Amino acid sequence: MSANTITRKLRSFLYAVLLLGPGSALAEYKLNMPESVTVVGKEIFGLHMLVLWIVTIVGIGVFGVIIYSLFKHRKSKGAVASQFHESTAVEVIWTVIPLVILVLIAIPATKTLLKIEDSSNADVTVKATGWQWKWQYEYLDEDISFFSNLDSDSNEAREKGSGVNVRTVDNYLLDVDKPIVVPVNKKVRILTTSNDVIHAWWVPDLGIKRDAIPGYINESWFKATETGTYRGQCAELCGKDHGFMPIVVKVVAENDYQNWVAEQKEASAAASAGSDREWSEDELMTRGEEVYKANCAACHQANGEGVPGTFPALAGGELTTGSAEGHIDIVLNGKSGTSMQAFGPQLNDADLAAVITYERKSWGNDASVVQPSDVKAAR
Amino acid sequence: MSTVAATHEHHHPTGITRWLFTTNHKDIGTLYLWFAFIMFLLGGAMAMVIRAELFQPGMQIVDPHFFNQMTTMHGLIMVFGAVMPAFVGLANWQIPLMIGAPDMALPRMNNWSFWILPFAGTMLVSTLFMEGGGPAFGWTFYAPLSTTFAPASTDFFIFAVHLLGFSSIMGAINIIATILNMRAPGMTLMKMPLFVWTWLITAFLLIAVMPVLAGAVTMMLTDRNFGTSFFDAAGGGDPVLFQHVFWFFGHPEVYIMILPAFGVVSQIIPTFARKPLFGYASMVYATAAIAFLSFIVWAHHMFTVGMPVAGELYFMYATVMIAVPTAVKVFNWTATMWKGSMTFEAPMLWAIAFVFLFTIGGFTGLMLGVAPADFQYHDTYFVVAHFHYVLVTGAVFAIIAGVYYWLPKWTGNMYHEGLAKWHFWLSAISVNVLFFPMHFVGLAGMPRRIPDYSPMFAEFNMMASLGGFVFGASQLLFLYIIIKTIRGGEKATDEVWEGAEGLEWTVASPAPYHTFETPPQVK
Repeated sequence: MSANTITRKLRSFLYAVLLLGPGSALAEYKLNMPESVTVVGKEIFGLHMLVLWIVTIVGIGVFGVIIYSLFKHRKSKGAVASQFHESTAVEVIWTVIPLVILVLIAIPATKTLLKIEDSSNADVTVKATGWQWKWQYEYLDEDISFFSNLDSDSNEAREKGSGVNVRTVDNYLLDVDKPIVVPVNKKVRILTTSNDVIHAWWVPDLGIKRDAIPGYINESWFKATETGTYRGQCAELCGKDHGFMPIVVKVVAENDYQNWVAEQKEASAAASAGSDREWSEDELMTRGEEVYKANCAACHQANGEGVPGTFPALAGGELTTGSAEGHIDIVLNGKSGTSMQAFGPQLNDADLAAVITYERKSWGNDASVVQPSDVKAAR
Repeated sequence: MSTVAATHEHHHPTGITRWLFTTNHKDIGTLYLWFAFIMFLLGGAMAMVIRAELFQPGMQIVDPHFFNQMTTMHGLIMVFGAVMPAFVGLANWQIPLMIGAPDMALPRMNNWSFWILPFAGTMLVSTLFMEGGGPAFGWTFYAPLSTTFAPASTDFFIFAVHLLGFSSIMGAINIIATILNMRAPGMTLMKMPLFVWTWLITAFLLIAVMPVLAGAVTMMLTDRNFGTSFFDAAGGGDPVLFQHVFWFFGHPEVYIMILPAFGVVSQIIPTFARKPLFGYASMVYATAAIAFLSFIVWAHHMFTVGMPVAGELYFMYATVMIAVPTAVKVFNWTATMWKGSMTFEAPMLWAIAFVFLFTIGGFTGLMLGVAPADFQYHDTYFVVAHFHYVLVTGAVFAIIAGVYYWLPKWTGNMYHEGLAKWHFWLSAISVNVLFFPMHFVGLAGMPRRIPDYSPMFAEFNMMASLGGFVFGASQLLFLYIIIKTIRGGEKATDEVWEGAEGLEWTVASPAPYHTFETPPQVK
């Protein structure tokens, strides 16, 4: 057993004790909205607390009067009912007071709202496109584009009967394979849209939530004042795996951001180079399994059986055991009117060839191998 | 002639045909109430599935697709199958009795509007057993998830919604016709009991918005089957249009479910405080004001869709205005209790709990109306907590209060007060254990409509689930109490309650099959 494994085991044991142990779990309680690390987010938090205090005070007042009355004006205490039943003066007073309070709330709310909606002069613009069930991020000024999926640990643990205690998974359901990275103290504009149904891009710590709607491009923005990793989730019901498309934003120092941008550009150059060579079947199968788990297993299932009536089986499927052309076509271009997406724009030729080969050679299927060059030709 | 009248008087059909062909408002009221109760238990069973899956993090019991079907059907069944029919049931029984009318104005249509419901309900529930499953897109069925990406059974869902709409519109027409035409001599509008007033206003809301819902689902139907693109951006349509149309129906709809509850509570509190309702006229005006505002605030349900900032400001201002007439109502109930001589029989307990807990729902409603903060609250468990406080501890508590209040009049027997108190305290405590923690997880960042969640939300979800199981089980006690009361018990007097006022308490208990064949005189 390597030192590494021991550390990992120890760590998960500690997590289990910390999270399941009595009393200590209290430290995990979160009762209130996060205070946020953005200027606007802090204002939202302030508004939230303002209104919360107002309703708490009004509540104590009104409930206090009722509770007093419940004890004092009860028949068993010999209370005799008065017969008064109207007073215009009183009615006017308790109509005007709430009105005044509302105006007091509306003034700061208006100011904050105007700030939220002013996304001009942004330093960095990231377009977030919702897909069932992942996010695509495009850095409009940098020519960087990638998909962000639920990370594989969470993805395996979330299956019914996975046998994994989800409390031992780091950031269960709130972690992705590839987070977006943005610079600190810079105005980051997020454009949201969707490729299929309506999603919503929400990161509580950044004080930002905006719907991603097909046919629309919505704008919102944040300016984080502290570096760190901030986690959120899709907030609009978007189908079966709505609960499984988290958002992770890493806010880093400016030079770290520049390094990251440079790395992304190198990586994408390397990936396109990989698409130009011939791959061995083993290579394709290994890569294909990874791609399948991240992109296909949610619907077609890890065992290729699909979900009868909703998602067709790939094991022994007509398409996966038929001609390579037909198979490549449907993976590249999707099937309109169904949940089958076009993966052409999402994956590079090598990944597509790998996953198609994997589907054709797994679960008892034994059809032909597909090379990146075949995919390239079919595009 | 006198023999004919006498035969009619004693005409009381029996057997299954009594219920199938009945035009009697009391029978139809009973049918509505039983239908609502069955749907309440069915929708509740689905809530139990939801809470069982959410008992701890990780997927244990159902798969995500079925979970979505449960949240969707739970919402649809509770709104269209339980709460709305229950209030129509109360209206059928009580409005003719309260205004001194012999029956509803349109008795045959009354029969029809009820008998549509079991078929519509069955059609809706049957989708769960179809290939691909039932509706899984939330009770708000936003396009395009409910159109292009929906299961095949969605067309049955659409037809069921159409049928439910027919039923509601006919019920509403009947209630308006009855109230406007059949009041006893001397019963001027401003002498009507508040329950009648709130229902009159509710009925107008129904007539105004149910056709809008029908329009929305019809556009869905043609988008799905006939090549139109109302809500499909790729075809030149607009997914956000769906939300505007839906919430133009949906916001008045939530008041359709709460205004009659205001009416019930406004009957009960004066009775048990032995004191007239404080500010009767202002209660009527406040109800009308809330109804009016309900038509002009719909887009506060969709602040995050990316409206122009002017639109967001307008909808924020209009929305928070609703707090004013709502506050007036709460103050009036408080003033009614003040210096009364209160006793705490079951109807009063439920009514008082309504005032407290509905007010909490009102407070969170105000918080949600503040648009910048709504960007954080929207689509989280905070919203789930909010609308369950107004719909469960609001509408449902008022319905239960009304049932206890009028059950002796309907059956002639008193319910068992001890068991009813058990029912109340179990429900009132567990409902808070169920819904209050949802505020916390929502604020901390838990989105709604998810089948699995981060372990940081685990404790409060477990708490909510435990509260949910107790609350669900407590309603079986309610069923037992009702059946026991129907079968027997201490005989109720005609007045039933010491402080009760109004025409319904002048007829015998149980209320005879035909009442007020000669209209009473109201002074």
